[in-house]
Parts: sequence; C-alpha cells; structure tokens
Amino acid sequence: MTLEWIVQHFIEKYNFWIAMLIIIIGLSATIVKENFLKKLIGLSIFQSAFFMWVVSLGDVGRNILTTWGLKTGTIPIIWDQAEAKGYIYVNPLPHVLMLTGIVVSAATTAVALAIVIRIYQLYGTIEEPEIIAKEKEFEKEGGEVRNAHSSG
Amino acid sequence: MPILLVEQFPVLIVGLSMFLAYTMLLVGYFNRKLLLPMSLTWNSICLVLSLFMLNHVLTVGPIRYWQGGWRPPWGIEYVDDAMNCYLLVIVISIVILGLIYSKGNVEHEIEEKKRVTFYVLLQLMICGLYGITITGDLFNMFIWLEIASLTAYALIAVAGGRALRPAFNYVIMGSIGACFYIFGVCWIYSVTGTLNFGDMRLLLPLVYDNKAVQMAFAMIVVGVMIKAYIFPLHLWQPDVYTYAPSTISTLMASVHVKVMFYILIRMFYSVFTLNFIRHFIGLDMLICWVAAIAILAGSLWAIRQRNLKRMLAYSSISQMGYILLGVGLSPLSPWGLVAAVAHILNHAIGKGCLFMTAGAISQQEGLRDIRDFAGLGKKMPYASAAFTIAAISMIGIPPTAGFATKLFLIIASFDAGQYPFVAILLLSGLLNLVYFWRVIDQMYFAKHEDTEDVGAVKETAKSLPLSMTAPMLILASLCIIVGIIWLTNIPLPLINHILSNLRLGVTI
Repeated sequence: MTLEWIVQHFIEKYNFWIAMLIIIIGLSATIVKENFLKKLIGLSIFQSAFFMWVVSLGDVGRNILTTWGLKTGTIPIIWDQAEAKGYIYVNPLPHVLMLTGIVVSAATTAVALAIVIRIYQLYGTIEEPEIIAKEKEFEKEGGEVRNAHSSG
Repeated sequence: MPILLVEQFPVLIVGLSMFLAYTMLLVGYFNRKLLLPMSLTWNSICLVLSLFMLNHVLTVGPIRYWQGGWRPPWGIEYVDDAMNCYLLVIVISIVILGLIYSKGNVEHEIEEKKRVTFYVLLQLMICGLYGITITGDLFNMFIWLEIASLTAYALIAVAGGRALRPAFNYVIMGSIGACFYIFGVCWIYSVTGTLNFGDMRLLLPLVYDNKAVQMAFAMIVVGVMIKAYIFPLHLWQPDVYTYAPSTISTLMASVHVKVMFYILIRMFYSVFTLNFIRHFIGLDMLICWVAAIAILAGSLWAIRQRNLKRMLAYSSISQMGYILLGVGLSPLSPWGLVAAVAHILNHAIGKGCLFMTAGAISQQEGLRDIRDFAGLGKKMPYASAAFTIAAISMIGIPPTAGFATKLFLIIASFDAGQYPFVAILLLSGLLNLVYFWRVIDQMYFAKHEDTEDVGAVKETAKSLPLSMTAPMLILASLCIIVGIIWLTNIPLPLINHILSNLRLGVTI
C-alpha cells in the first residue's frame, strides 16, 4: 500500500472509479426500487455513467499527476506536423459510439416512460407491489383489467 | 474482381427493410389496408434474396459488404457465412408466416387506431432481426439489437392491460442486458482497438490472459443471456409471452430469441474461440450444467402452469436449454454444435406453431386455461391437429424435427463422454410428454359434461380465417418434413459449411 500503488490504481484511474461508482448506484436503484419511475431513473443513471466511462476511455492524455491537464490529447484531425510536434490524438471512436448509445438510451427512456404512463392510467399507481395486489384483486373478482388475459 | 450482384443483397435486405418501415408509416396515414401486403411482398422478396445468398455462400464463399467502401478495421463490414444465411432464411420464412397469421389475429387483438403503428413497429423489429443476422461488426450488432428490442417492448405493450407490467419489466431487464453487452464490447475495444469480428478474432489471442478481456466475455455472455432468457435470467419472459399479442409472442418465441442466441454463438465461435472458453476461463462444463438445469427447471415449471401460453413460455426456457447444451458440448464434440444449429430451426417451427395455435384457441373459443380445453379436438380440428404435431415434435418422437435435435444431442453427449446429459435429455423428454400430453388429452379424450352446451353457446363464434389456419398447418407439416430431412444426407453440406465457418472464424 505504498503511495505509488495508490496513485497507480486509484488516482490515475479516477475516471474509472467514479464511473463504476455511479454505475453501481444506478444499477442498484434499478434493482431495489419498487417505484417504476425510480427504476427508470436508475436505469438512466446506469446508462449515462457507462457513457461517461467510455468517453473517458478515448482520452489519451489523462495522466493528471504528470501533466495536470496541460498535455491532453488534441482533436483528431490528420495534420502532417502533428507527430513532429509531439501531439497525441484523442481517440474519436468512443465518442462516436456513445453518441449512438445516447440516442438508444433516449429511445429506451421514451418507450419506458410511455409504458409507465399507460400503467398509471390503468392502475392509478406506479408502485410495483400495489400493482401486483390490484392484479390479484382483479383476478379474484374474475374481472378484467381492460382486455386482460386470465392468468395461470 | 467483378462486383457480383449477390454481394449487395445483405445491405439491400437491411436497408430497404428499414426504408419500408418508414414508408409504411406514411402510407398507413392514407390507407391502412396496404400495410400488410407491402410488408409481405417485401419480406417475400427478402426470402428470395436470402436464398440466393445461401446458395452463393454454399457454392462460392462468405459474402462481404463494406459500408461506404471503407475497409474492415475502419468501416462497418457485413459478413455473411453459412451460419448467417441459414439463420436469415429461417427468420425470413417464419416472419412471412407470422405476418400472414397476423392478418386475422390483429383484427381481433389490436385496436383499430393502433394497427398502423403496430405494422410499422413490426416491420422495424423484423428489420432489426435481419440486421443482427447480417452484420459483422460488434457495435453495429448492438444497434440492431436495440432496434429489435425497443420495437419488441412497444409491440408487447400494444396489447394493453396485463401486458403493461411485463413490458416494463422487459424494458428494464432488456436494457440492462444490452448495456452489459455494449459494456463488454467497449471493454474489448479498449484492449484491441477494433470492433470487427474477424479483426478481433485475430487480435484477441494475444491478450487472452488479460483480465479485462475475460471480464468483457463474462459481461457479453450475461447480457445476451438476459435477452435470450437462459434459465436463471429468464424472469421477465413468462409474463411477456403470456400477455403479448399472439402474433408477437409467436415471432418472439420462434425468431426473436433465436437471433438473440445467435449473438451468443457468434461470440463463442467467431469473436472468442473455444480455446479461450476452455483453457482461459474454463466455462464449458459450467455452460453445460446451466443448460441442463434450464432444461429440467423449465419443464418442471411448465408442468405447474394452467395457462397454455404461460406453459409454452416455460417450455421455451427449457428448449433454449437444449441449444445452450449443444453449444456447451461443442468443444468436446462437433455434434453439439450440429444439435444447437439444428434446434434453432426445429424450435423455431415447433414453438411458432404452438404459439399460433394457442393464439387461435384464445381467439376463437376464448379459452386460455388448459382445464377448459375439453372437446376442442372436435371444435377446432385444424388447430388441434397442428398443436398435436408440434407438441409431438417438442417431445421428440420420431420422425419429427424435435427427435432430430434430441438424437444429435444424445450422440454429442456420448461422443463427449458426458453421460449424465443423456439421462437429463431422456428425463426432459418424459417431462415434455407430461405437460404436452395433458393438453392433448384434454383436447381429444376428455369427456366433459358441458361440452355440448359450451359448443352450442360458442356456435356463434366465427371460425378461424384461412390466413390463420394455413400458417400453423404449414409449420406443423414442416415439423415432420424438416425432421425427415435432418435424418438424411441433404443438410450435410450446409452443416459442414457452418462447422468450418464457425471453427475457422468469419474471416478465414
């Protein structure tokens, strides 16, 4: 547990640790929370943190202790003198990938929100235990949640 | 080298399918009756194109298409070898039958104003499935995966009512699965710097002992397993299949999940190798045992169900176990992979037929509980006959398709020297017999006092349209025809191609 070890594993890789922390927060919210909207917020946090992690992956000049942000990678444009002047490029691909990923995540959130709205209209609540209780109630009465199928 | 027309087919199939989906949205605004014929026509053309592709792949070699002319490590590449084309033909054929089936079914189950978006989303989902099948790029695959999944969430929720909560659960589980997949992909990207299957296969062996690569493999496998509902990760599936519209549960059970599983096969054989799975992470026997537990647990749960669709859903979990068992046995015996590949087809036709009949029964007679099925054999002769044949195929009685799978799996188990799996397969066949016989018994042999009365009351119910009976009868007859074909020498060249392609990788 020398200082060097701590620097190497934690401080130099601070972006990974922060992203992982937020990912765990999001994932646990998705699993633990019983409110559908909170589940969805957890999912969003999870996805956003993941995007943060991937985007930070592309940044090559990330060693803050040695450079303190003075020598981060430049924009990835092909330029003859770049190598002679000692520039390093940021890898653009993770950013591009995550742009698509953000679109996907937005679409997922939109679909899920639409479903949550329908659930609220139907059951009057978005708490999972209450919904399950209502479903059982409907079943006992032999009634139908609108065009519902009887359960096994 | 001259540019062959057949080499443009992959991008035509995917691109025009997506273009058609948006065109359908416009056309549906003016005339919604045109939507189904449009979709059917295009998918029939796709079937012809995919057959040409299959022929080209078997005679000449894999098809490669470079998006925008960029060479593979930089651009997106579409690679189609025998496995892709084989799966593509299956997917397109079942999709066409599903679309024909949807004509009668949608009128019954989907509200009038939602039909336009229903067909548009269905076409988009189909396009996503084609995309996954055709692509040769890990990130591109994620995009198609999400297109297929997002539309599936919406299509399940279209049913309304009880379908909403399962649909939401599926959104959450499916998104976590997709995120895990892309997590793993980015992880290997950070190590290798490439996203192309073939390129990655060349670069990965140098870093097989890297912890990030091993972790990435685990993430991808878990992510895809959620989508393909392999046993411990199946929790979202039974409710979804029970309450989704019948057309959607048919397509999801027969095609959607196969395509999801295909990603796993690609990962196992084309991106990573069996060498990696056996010697660097030692997962192969674990996979076999997970599959064995899935087979038994799915069947046991299916026996407890009274709702027909829910029983079929649990049966699907057990059947996915067969495919996984085949994949797990494949490092020890090539017959394992043959069984997995064969069962992708056999389960697609069998389970497609079963879900179609389940939908038909609930549509015509309003019955969903198995205990009410008495006398159904007389009231719905075609549906009952189709159900019986498909059920026999699922149980695995010769000469049906399911028998071929079981035979291949048992050969694989003997070949690999893993005798416990032979016992598990035979036991599972018995369990399948138990839960399917229950239904057949009710349909044909149960004496029900109220049968006549129920029949009299339901006399007014319309009989099934031809568009619903024809697909299920075709699938039922396919169960027998395919079963016989598997036992002959006809599919041998195809299997050899698939084996050599998956052994040697996509690029070689």
